Amino acid sequence: MSAGDASQEGTPHVEPGPQAGQGAQAGQGPPVKHGPPVKPVRGRGPSVVTRLMETRYLGWIGLAIALGAPLIIATPYALNVMTSAAIFVMLAVGLNIVVGYCGLLDLGYAAFFAVGAYTGGVMAAELDIPLIATVPAVLVVTVVAGIVIGAPTLRLRSDYLAIVTLGFGEIIRICATNLEITGGPSGIYGIPGLFGDDVLTEPAAFYYLTVLIVAVAVLLAARLGRSRLGRAWRFVREDEDAAEAMGVHTYKVKLAAYIGGAVWGGMAGVLFAAHLTAISPPSFTFLWSALVLMAVVLGGMGSTPGVVVGAVFISLAPELLRDLADYRFFVFGVLLILVMIVRPQGLWPHRSQETARTAARSKEPVA
Amino acid sequence: MSERSERSGGRGGSSPHKEHSMTLLQVTDLRLSFGGVRAIDGLSFEVGEGEIVSVIGPNGAGKTSAFNCVTGFYKPIGGSVLLDGTPVTGRRPASIAGLGVSRTFQNPRLFGELSVLDNVRAGTHLWLRQSVFDALLHTPRYRRSEQEATDEAHRWLDFVGLRGERAGLVRNLPYGEQRRVEIARALARRPKLLLLDEPAAGLNHTEKAELLDLIRRIRDLGTAIALIEHDMGLVMEVSERVVVLNFGREIAVGAPAEVRRDPAVVEAYLGRDADEEELAAAREQVRGGREEVRGGTD
Repeated sequence: MSAGDASQEGTPHVEPGPQAGQGAQAGQGPPVKHGPPVKPVRGRGPSVVTRLMETRYLGWIGLAIALGAPLIIATPYALNVMTSAAIFVMLAVGLNIVVGYCGLLDLGYAAFFAVGAYTGGVMAAELDIPLIATVPAVLVVTVVAGIVIGAPTLRLRSDYLAIVTLGFGEIIRICATNLEITGGPSGIYGIPGLFGDDVLTEPAAFYYLTVLIVAVAVLLAARLGRSRLGRAWRFVREDEDAAEAMGVHTYKVKLAAYIGGAVWGGMAGVLFAAHLTAISPPSFTFLWSALVLMAVVLGGMGSTPGVVVGAVFISLAPELLRDLADYRFFVFGVLLILVMIVRPQGLWPHRSQETARTAARSKEPVA
Repeated sequence: MSERSERSGGRGGSSPHKEHSMTLLQVTDLRLSFGGVRAIDGLSFEVGEGEIVSVIGPNGAGKTSAFNCVTGFYKPIGGSVLLDGTPVTGRRPASIAGLGVSRTFQNPRLFGELSVLDNVRAGTHLWLRQSVFDALLHTPRYRRSEQEATDEAHRWLDFVGLRGERAGLVRNLPYGEQRRVEIARALARRPKLLLLDEPAAGLNHTEKAELLDLIRRIRDLGTAIALIEHDMGLVMEVSERVVVLNFGREIAVGAPAEVRRDPAVVEAYLGRDADEEELAAAREQVRGGREEVRGGTD
């Protein structure tokens, strides 16, 4: 299972090839024993695209693409853009926990990004320690930030929650602008690298390091989504009362989603600080929150591969459109609208994760 | 499961007049109001272990409100709800669910965008032993518990006799099948007490017969059932005791046959004698009028 395991950031994986005991083929249902109609688990024929989208090796393919990209283009500018894109993927995957899994509209996600970046940056710069040494402290601070922001707001529903999170996003940014310790409007600079100033600071080396960290983050977020807690998040998203009736403590579960989002966002912030070695309040405006949310919605809420693709698209498209000069954001906007019209569920929508194995019954009926 | 099977083995068949040694649910003098309107006004009833109790009454009598008070969705302004002797009034629904109460809703409230299996897995949430770290690291315990949740979901779907695909989205199932999934989900909670709110609503004749059988099989597992239902045929057939509500309080309690003869119940359902007289008088008038008309055309 180890190879398949690590690849499970690719969300829907139908096992290819025959199954032990079941003899089910990829893309077809198990031999369902009970009455009509006997339908295949997946209705579509096993087209190449479908197979590619549902293969369990999806995660490895994505990682290979990310690791192979510098072989095609490795200018300092390209590496810079790709590193930013990888960090953006991590942000989007974190927000996906809150918005995609749990259905809580968070318009102030940049707050957690800022908390992570500033906590790591300030500590590393003040104490002159490598950024990696600040990670435990950043973890604690982001969890606390998740609780502090989440605890009062999660009693609210949908629209109200969105407004309040928007407010918190601004509060954090304005605090950073006005506090002494965060360097005020000019921010902090000269942040040491992840492992100090000498190790792994080459653009290519740092890119590979970032990709590996982000890959682990994506994998862990996807695993959370497929756990008991991940299911509870989806129950809350679908129907809070019914979830509560099933014994899901909806408040705790929502807070857990918030904390999860905060941790992922904070860790992305540390990577961001390491990447730029300088951070300042304009990096954490509402536009960032909006862009991350856009990546999640564009890719497909709740779908890990979708969110990764969405984040890569959102972060790379403006760069690829650079030749259009002043028109690039116009074209970018039109592209976004077109995608949402053609694929309202997102580029790569979430699908039910029942595999041939789980859809088949393994035990005799109770009665 | 083995524990359940033993319990179900001990209870042979369905003898309706069994002594119920233990009171599972005791509702005493329950009061609930919505801005001055007394929805429940001093309601008391109890449900014994492994018993099937029906709660009936005219529309607006407070049946669903009573269920919502028992399960914690409404906060009563007075009275007490004891579950196995533990007071649960004022607790949140999830905590009451943890004490062994499971319910269905008047209109099925399933998780529409999730698969049928995931819906039933919701029932396993409270007893599935799996931590966040198990999930992050995919420990053997994670795999075991996920397999267990899946097996359990299939078992209960078999138990309720679901026809149709289990891997697909639950909202694609026909209405009757959705009702089954909702019961399967409630059963996967492994409840001591199951509250069914109008489970027969919208079902056809065959489906009602299957529901009747299902309710008995659930009881045979050792689970007590409280049932709100308008289908009197089903109620009279399946209940061991019937509680009749009107205007937020119980007006009669007893075996189905006794309740059916109770004058208070007849009154609640058919109206007062005075109304009857008025109705009869009105019929007379109508009949007389028709004859007049007929006489005129002749």
